[in-house]
Amino acid sequence: MNKFSMKLLAKTGNESFARSCVSAFCLEANPTLEEINDIKTAVSEAVTNCIVHAYSGKDDKFIDISVSLEGQKAEIIIEDYGCGIEDVDKAMQPFFTTKPDQERSGMGFTLIQTFMNDVKIISQKDKGTKVVMQKEFKKD
Amino acid sequence: MRLELTNRSGCAVARLDGELDEGCVKEVREKIDAFIRGGNIGQFVFDFSKLSFMDSTGIGMLLGRYKKLKQLDVPIYISNASGHVDFILSTAGIYTIMKKIS
Repeated sequence: MNKFSMKLLAKTGNESFARSCVSAFCLEANPTLEEINDIKTAVSEAVTNCIVHAYSGKDDKFIDISVSLEGQKAEIIIEDYGCGIEDVDKAMQPFFTTKPDQERSGMGFTLIQTFMNDVKIISQKDKGTKVVMQKEFKKD
Repeated sequence: MRLELTNRSGCAVARLDGELDEGCVKEVREKIDAFIRGGNIGQFVFDFSKLSFMDSTGIGMLLGRYKKLKQLDVPIYISNASGHVDFILSTAGIYTIMKKIS
């Protein structure tokens, strides 16, 4: 069992740092290169959501990121304290976006679901959103 | 992210080197759009051989360029996407509007 957590400013440019940190921490479970890319993508999507949607570009707000490793399983939690999601089911539909004018693809949650074994989204309007993702790495 | 734009006799190539995400997409978009405005483009190729990472922000960028180039009747091709990038492009259905070439 191992744990890691960090607090990161919701600043454009921090997506890369976040996904690198989380995937580096998961190296302990001996993931394949493909699994590392899965983690990187899911974290990048969730963190981008915090920056673009939850805080709408206000870059003095924080994102909490934590990872728990237990054997071959990783649980990654990415939480913001921003605007929240009114309809989570709708937000998870492929190609749904609230910002089509900004060339948003609406594929963020779809990719998270594709790459992770389990995803839970807990959101409250004006309180924030918590994305809980599980990944099980294949044994050698 | 490094972006190299070339145009040889109407064959425009955008070569992306690095990781395409929210942190750099604005700059990439602006540079490509200025390049498109330069005109004389018969076909447009995204060369992804050096692109090591992309998330849905990249998909949004591609869809935006597709809309622009479609108005000009310019076909778009994608070449040499790595395993991970290729999978994301397939999942998002990009290959139904941009042909894969090697």
